[in-house]
Amino acid sequence: MYKIINADFLADNIKRFVIEAPKIAAKRKAGQFVIIRLKDGGERIPLTIADSDITNGTITIIVQGIGKTTKELNTFVAGDFILDVVGPLGKASHIENFGTAVSIGGGVGTAIAYPTAVALKNAGNHTIAIIGGRTKDLVILEDELRQVCNEVYPTTDDGSYGFHGFVTQKLKELIDNGTKIDFVLAIGPIPMMKAVAETTRPYGIKTVVSLNPVMVDGTGMCGGCRAIVDNKTVFVCVDGPEFDAHLVDFQTLERRNKTYREHETESLHNYLCHFDKAFDEGLLSKI
Amino acid sequence: MADLSKKERMKIPRQPMPEQDGFERSKNFKEVNLGFTEELAKMEALRCLQCPKPVCIEGCPVEVKIKDFITLVAAGDYLGAASKIKEDNMLPAICGRVCPQEEQCEAQCVVGIKGESIAIGRLERFVADFEREHGGLRNPEIKTKTGKKVAIIGSGPSGLSCAGDLIQMGHDVTVFEALHELGGVLIYGIPEFRLPKDIVKTEIESLKQLGVDFQTNAVIGFTDTIDELMQNGYDAVFIAVGAGLPYFLNIEGENLNGVYSSNEFLTRVNLMKAYKFPDYDTPVFNVKDKNVAVFGGGNTAMDAVRTSKRLGAKNAYIVYRRSDIEMPARKEEIHHAKEEGIEFILLSNPLKFIGDAQGWLTGVELLKMELGEPDSSGRRKPVPVENSNYILDIDMAVIAIGNGSNPIIQQTTPELQFNKWGNILVNDETMATSKKGVFAGGDIVTGGATVILAMGAGRKAAKAINDYLIQN
Ligand SMILES: Cc1cc2nc3c(=O)[nH]c(=O)nc-3n(C[C@H](O)[C@H](O)[C@H](O)COP(=O)(O)OP(=O)(O)OC[C@H]3O[C@@H](n4cnc5c(N)ncnc54)[C@H](O)[C@@H]3O)c2cc1C
Ligand code: FES
Repeated sequence: MYKIINADFLADNIKRFVIEAPKIAAKRKAGQFVIIRLKDGGERIPLTIADSDITNGTITIIVQGIGKTTKELNTFVAGDFILDVVGPLGKASHIENFGTAVSIGGGVGTAIAYPTAVALKNAGNHTIAIIGGRTKDLVILEDELRQVCNEVYPTTDDGSYGFHGFVTQKLKELIDNGTKIDFVLAIGPIPMMKAVAETTRPYGIKTVVSLNPVMVDGTGMCGGCRAIVDNKTVFVCVDGPEFDAHLVDFQTLERRNKTYREHETESLHNYLCHFDKAFDEGLLSKI
Repeated sequence: MADLSKKERMKIPRQPMPEQDGFERSKNFKEVNLGFTEELAKMEALRCLQCPKPVCIEGCPVEVKIKDFITLVAAGDYLGAASKIKEDNMLPAICGRVCPQEEQCEAQCVVGIKGESIAIGRLERFVADFEREHGGLRNPEIKTKTGKKVAIIGSGPSGLSCAGDLIQMGHDVTVFEALHELGGVLIYGIPEFRLPKDIVKTEIESLKQLGVDFQTNAVIGFTDTIDELMQNGYDAVFIAVGAGLPYFLNIEGENLNGVYSSNEFLTRVNLMKAYKFPDYDTPVFNVKDKNVAVFGGGNTAMDAVRTSKRLGAKNAYIVYRRSDIEMPARKEEIHHAKEEGIEFILLSNPLKFIGDAQGWLTGVELLKMELGEPDSSGRRKPVPVENSNYILDIDMAVIAIGNGSNPIIQQTTPELQFNKWGNILVNDETMATSKKGVFAGGDIVTGGATVILAMGAGRKAAKAINDYLIQN
């Protein structure tokens, strides 16, 4: 049982949890993730470790409520317990002083890009963050990033805040304006990561993405998380999660991630029905 | 009855195992074999000729005193029989169900030369179940505490049996398990209909009562390395992490939606209970009225194909490149699979998977094979029949062609020595590795093998670890 010490919404439907897990806190490095299981009968889902506090023995995860498990997790509050948290899993980000490094986060992907941005900055890079959201409220962690990065550019699809357009357009603008970029890390929805890869490819800028396949064990035992990188099959949980964006077969990743689409819809539907019922009965007064 | 002549004993036929009807059970996950009744067990025990030199024991990897326990069964002393088995085998309820007896003890049985051998496995299962159901589980004596601490990595049969022995020798034992549940392949691999999970849980519960400490969600290598465990006060370590890296066929289309490794498919269904979706959250491909092919001929393949049938598959095929004589699965599993309506497509090799525009699996191209000269394993080698390709329509595929070694321990423990397949190199007598105080056993040493061998290795290691702890 892992206790939630603190929980707060960063945006509508995006929640930050500080969880007591001293061993993981002491060990984890930027880029690594945990697998959690909320309760008996729950599924195992991977979540990137956004931050940790060794003194207090806590890790931070940031969760967007999309499927049943993430939506249910987002009803958890400080003092609640998560049944299983295992980690830190996966390989840590490869960090070095590249020169100028751009860390791009799309939506909740910003949470995943954040720890790597911190690590890049600590390694001596001139660090730029481009953080996108559909609309103003979905741009997260701007204040936190401003404290560590040299430049921070929020972007919104609808122009409600910051740069009006996609993160890739902002990136292209920087490149065209003569910023010499040596390294790009992009984390977010698959179409966004694919677009970033295509943006940097003509310039030969080293670009890394963090993949988000469906996982079960997270230890290399099942092969369910396999993806194609450089025309070879990899197990994302142990060989990744970060890979060279220019070598990733995004189409296969996107397709494989749809394997359980119908199940997910059913599961969410069932959950929301129960949820509504519980809500009507006033059982969810705690949220 | 006990003073039957040899001739009279030989006349008694091998007693049949009561089982669920084939059609009925192909729709449920309840155990297939129902177990001997007392009458059947006694009758079966009377078939034993009480050989002066019981060769059956030579066939048992842990040398269970088979003749002695069968004598006790014939006399109706089932609890005594259970204790007798437990002198050598800590997990008889499990081994009685999953050991390949027909290749081990029963293959040696003298009665089997002319007739059918004694059903040793069924008797073993009977006494273990009797003991459990009649509250006969007794806690063994524990020696005075030595103050030494041992870390065991992995909670499969190898880790559990090592833990059981070491705790009785007076050491403190902690078992670290990567998953959220204990039991290894016994829990996530072998299905409920062959090995009810309650049996595994009872075994683990009794270890807990003896004082074994279990820590789940601990991936050694990541959560703690072996060096860190030793720095944190563990005097010795036993690595029993199993095989745990699924092999794929490395053919085109293997990443289409609907293609699984057996590990993933069985883990989803057994460990995560996907067959109870949506009551349980984890999904698995919906095979209802669909066609499923499982590639391979071992126990894992049989488990996967029979599981898919139970999930509602219309046609469930085994595709195997040799003939059924070469199949490594237990004979009983092959027999049960056939009874449940599994179709066997033998002497066929997959060339590529075929998918639709959305990337869902629709078929597999197969090539027929014929048997040629024996290969290095002594089995006749399958050779392709030219131009015999054809396409089998399938919606789901499970690849069950074995497991390699999971690399996590190798990557995080520099001093250990491995062979080229990633198996840990050990001293056969002591299971000691190249790193001081570190021992290893089970599938991580042998490659995918059997429960009884993994268990035997755990016990051997326990003895050696005890010696090591006394000397150091
Ligand atoms: C589907 C299937 C059916 C089978 N059927 C039979 C049968 O009928 N009869 C038979 O005799 N054998 C059978 N076998 C083989 C048998 O199950 C294995 O040989 C046996 O379980 C090996 O035991 P083990 O203790 O070495 O490893 P495992 O049972 O594999 O247990 C290893 C444990 O270690 C854990 N682990 C791995 N890495 C780490 C780490 N870094 N840190 C912490 N924990 C870790 C794993 O999660 C696992 O729980 C079958 C195997 C499968 C897959
Ligand atoms: S999640 Fe099972 S191998 Fe990666």
